[in-house]
Amino acid sequence: MSARDALRVRNDVVLVLVVVVALSFDFTNGFHDTGNAMATSIATKALSPRVAVALSGVLNLVGAFLSLAVAATIASGLVDTNLVTLQVVAAGLAGGIIWNLLTWLLGIPSSSSHALIGGVVGATIAAAGGHAIQWHGLVSKVIIPAGLSPIIAALVAATGTWLLYRISRSLSEGARSHGFRIGQIGSACMVSLAHGTNDAQKTMGVITLALIVNKTIPAGSNAPFWVILSCGLAISLGTYLGGWRVIRTLGKGLVEIESPQGMAAESASAAVILLSSGFGYSLSTTHVATGSIIGSGLGKKGGEVRWNVAGRMATAWVFTLPAAGVVGAGAYALAHAVSGTPGVLVLLVILAAIAGVIYWRSRASKVDHNNVNAEWTGSVAPADQPEPAKAA
Amino acid sequence: MSWINLQAIWKIVVFGLVLGAGLPSLFAVGLFSLSKGPRRAATEGGDSDVLVGGNPLGMVIAGLCFLVILAAIAWGIYEVYKIGHPAPAPAK
Repeated sequence: MSARDALRVRNDVVLVLVVVVALSFDFTNGFHDTGNAMATSIATKALSPRVAVALSGVLNLVGAFLSLAVAATIASGLVDTNLVTLQVVAAGLAGGIIWNLLTWLLGIPSSSSHALIGGVVGATIAAAGGHAIQWHGLVSKVIIPAGLSPIIAALVAATGTWLLYRISRSLSEGARSHGFRIGQIGSACMVSLAHGTNDAQKTMGVITLALIVNKTIPAGSNAPFWVILSCGLAISLGTYLGGWRVIRTLGKGLVEIESPQGMAAESASAAVILLSSGFGYSLSTTHVATGSIIGSGLGKKGGEVRWNVAGRMATAWVFTLPAAGVVGAGAYALAHAVSGTPGVLVLLVILAAIAGVIYWRSRASKVDHNNVNAEWTGSVAPADQPEPAKAA
Repeated sequence: MSWINLQAIWKIVVFGLVLGAGLPSLFAVGLFSLSKGPRRAATEGGDSDVLVGGNPLGMVIAGLCFLVILAAIAWGIYEVYKIGHPAPAPAK
């Protein structure tokens, strides 16, 4: 009953808060996912870390304007939009942000999309019950693609890696690595672009949904220009600041990568992401990038995949949807208990506090552009902190 | 109401292989052609990272490979833009 009432009441203060939280999520999405596009280029030194994140940021902004298809899917395909309120959206976003920050702290490249979807679904269940979820859409558009996309990406990347080494085997070691490093710049740019067309969309969809719920814009509207621009800017700023921890896990932790493998992995990621978007799957760029990197390790003779690292990631993937869902549901319960605008405010304050604690914890084992490429010793933070990575 | 769209998956795998593995392979062919020629022979055996061998035919083939890749990328971006900006639904 209260959910229905809230639907009909315009509340611009809460709307502004929701937009702020949504853009914060977009920001975490950006810095969590820089690694998807740039980890391999940074690991093979095709691009310097600073240049890589700047380039990726700009291309994410361009990508945000390139396609508006996924935004609609997120808004209407997963939950019954009639039962969603601004409070639910805010709680769902809070669930997504907290899960994103926790996995970033641990250096696990989990899916930002799943964190967002899990958070919104969890908050919706808490608010309106399980019948408000479009389970078929959730399974066929989110869960099954999540399982299949890394396998397809790994297949494509393994094939590509095998072909690249085969074709280029008469080249000297130096010429090969030089040539493919140039190619990698192109393929990494394509991944960044694909990321913008896919992930920036998800937040746009959520903000558009909030605007429709609040009756600020009529139902069925496209994302207004300021929404596209602000989402593009938030994700590219996050990308620019760079999720060095995740970059390190992807670039150094999974596979020791050479430039032909890097190019094969990036090409596979870009192709699979862009194609899947074309078929209406809003899949996780993270899952695809990880699958590709594993594939590039499988496709090279003598390549080594650290399956324990891969297993740790897969575990985090399985837990992302339900865990973000639980946090989203808890956030809704909290906001609902306090109720109204103060409820959302309390939620925001707690969210900021948690973010602050996680940031403070991350300072204790800092990973940045200086030590991102240090030798993998089994942990996210390089063993020897003060030593600069330039030694090699 | 099927749970798995096999047709879409089949297409993603095939086009994924053609674009995601085929295009970088074309790039490798380009690098290979580019490396042919006298300059490469001079540095053979060393771990030189000289890319351009100097054979005219090789350079033309390499140029063609790189052009095809650029064209394929431009076409891909155009397709994404087209899919991503469907004509707005008629207002009712």
